[in-house]
Amino acid sequence: MMCRLALGLAGWLPLACSSAEEAAPLEEVPGMVVPANFPAPVYSAEENPPTPAGFALGRVLFYDPLLSRSGEVSCGSCHQQFAAFAHADHRLSHGVDNRLGTRNAPALQNLRWRRELLWDGGAKHLETMPLAPLTNPVEMDETLENVLRKLNADADYQRRFAEVYGRKPIDSQQLLRALAQFTASLTSANSRYDQYARGEAGGTLTPAELRGLSVLRQKCASCHATDLFTDESYRNNGLPGGFAADSGRAHITQQRADRGRFKVPSLRNVARTAPYMHDGRFATLAQVLAHYDHGVTESPTLDPQLRRADGQLGIPLTAGEQADLLAFLGTLTDERFLHDARLSEKDR
Amino acid sequence: MYFRLFSLLSTSLLFVATLLTSCDDKDPAPTQPGTLDIEIDHLVGEQPLVLNTGSYTTPAGDQFTVSTFRYYLSNFSLGKADGSTYLVPESYFLVDEAKPASKAFTLDSIPAGDYTSLSFVIGVDSTRNVSGAQTGALDPINNMFWTWNSGYIYTKLEGTSPQASNGGLIFHIGGFKTPNNTIRTVSPSLKGATILIRPNRTPAVHLQTDVLKLFSGVNTIRFATASDVMGGANAVRIADNQAAGMITVDHVHAN
Repeated sequence: MMCRLALGLAGWLPLACSSAEEAAPLEEVPGMVVPANFPAPVYSAEENPPTPAGFALGRVLFYDPLLSRSGEVSCGSCHQQFAAFAHADHRLSHGVDNRLGTRNAPALQNLRWRRELLWDGGAKHLETMPLAPLTNPVEMDETLENVLRKLNADADYQRRFAEVYGRKPIDSQQLLRALAQFTASLTSANSRYDQYARGEAGGTLTPAELRGLSVLRQKCASCHATDLFTDESYRNNGLPGGFAADSGRAHITQQRADRGRFKVPSLRNVARTAPYMHDGRFATLAQVLAHYDHGVTESPTLDPQLRRADGQLGIPLTAGEQADLLAFLGTLTDERFLHDARLSEKDR
Repeated sequence: MYFRLFSLLSTSLLFVATLLTSCDDKDPAPTQPGTLDIEIDHLVGEQPLVLNTGSYTTPAGDQFTVSTFRYYLSNFSLGKADGSTYLVPESYFLVDEAKPASKAFTLDSIPAGDYTSLSFVIGVDSTRNVSGAQTGALDPINNMFWTWNSGYIYTKLEGTSPQASNGGLIFHIGGFKTPNNTIRTVSPSLKGATILIRPNRTPAVHLQTDVLKLFSGVNTIRFATASDVMGGANAVRIADNQAAGMITVDHVHAN
């Protein structure tokens, strides 16, 4: 918050000069400012300029189970704020009629910086991404046509959409762009680590946390890169059991070389996003670190970073290093984001 | 709605378009833009396509019926004899056998001139595949958008065949990334005709789209081995067939 960066400001100058009702005070729409330690976003604010009314509409839609066929499941059902918008304690997502999904609902944070979304990168734009869970039979099991019919039959939504977009009826572009107003606002950049990285007040790390950061930079940062803590690549990290149930990236590319590859997730708020991996197989971070230390399994597409010169697999981590890493990962928890009242569930 | 937007645009762009054309036009008199009508017939070989009730046979001998046949045509471009071309902006059209009105549309605001070639994309350019929520022909509500591997389905043909493993045919041709890119730009021959774009004329190009050409040409598609195609290598084989002559020009009306 204290860093109103040159980049963020420059991006907002044109808005600030436009008419009063368009120009939103920076604080009114979360996530509008590019944090100092982040790269330039992929989905720039100019693409879908945040407005308080658009953001508020997107927030209501995100938490409205009307979007699902049965009226039971909202985006927020599987994406809970206190878990950085992951699904706490659920290995797999839960859809309508108690149908079980096939993957672990990922955290939703810093989506402006994502080139591709979902574990396999199948969704290529933040605005069109919601069409995947909306239409998936084991998630919301709804059609776009039906959702629009329901929204257009609702006087309150009619009024709110018309306020934001100035035209009727509500169409898919309005729905998707309103949702993106909310999802693009989910910027997490105020953890203690961030304060440390930006030299801000309160940004002190303990000796153990600093050692953990050093281990991370040395042994993890080739994938969990930059202050986004992911390089956005797809990798096979050696999970045992094969990939018959879920081929990951290969499902999208139909390339054998992509079998078992999944998106490298960010480590932000990772202490709050359990369980871990695309199938939620690990309940704790200690299990994750143990996997990298001695659980990595051979397969043809295993990531080369997990092959050592001596033929062994994985990333050797002493007990001390694991403890330090766990300490450091805790500094990536962004309490302000997890408890930001502007992002919380809100009824209409 | 799309067309109405277009005519609005055409009025407002008149001045700009005139300016643009005057640059590459030898004619010293200021010329106003004109329109080009595109009309499309759907055939299966020599027969007209009739959904559901028509039964057909591929050149390889597979029998089939068609319940759905729709495809995108986009990025229309007209070329002059001197090699210059004009790309019709925002030209995206969803042609649907079930919606007769979709088989005729108008390209607006084309700079006046004598055009000797016409080209267009069967499908949607890669940019629009990843450009976020779209409207009009590209609205995902048209059910021509893959949600799990996002991007447009360029051609959708569904139906039945006794040769298919489960009796059904599903051909969803799409994809924009190598090696499964199925975007195909075609330039069907105008057979020597010239399209005269003038403000006081309404020329029309009459196209024929032959369903059989999806399954024959460069690659022979047999329903016993390929009846459920959603992108991927078989989609590429079909796209290559489409590029090789699915759409031909029947005639050009000078009007």
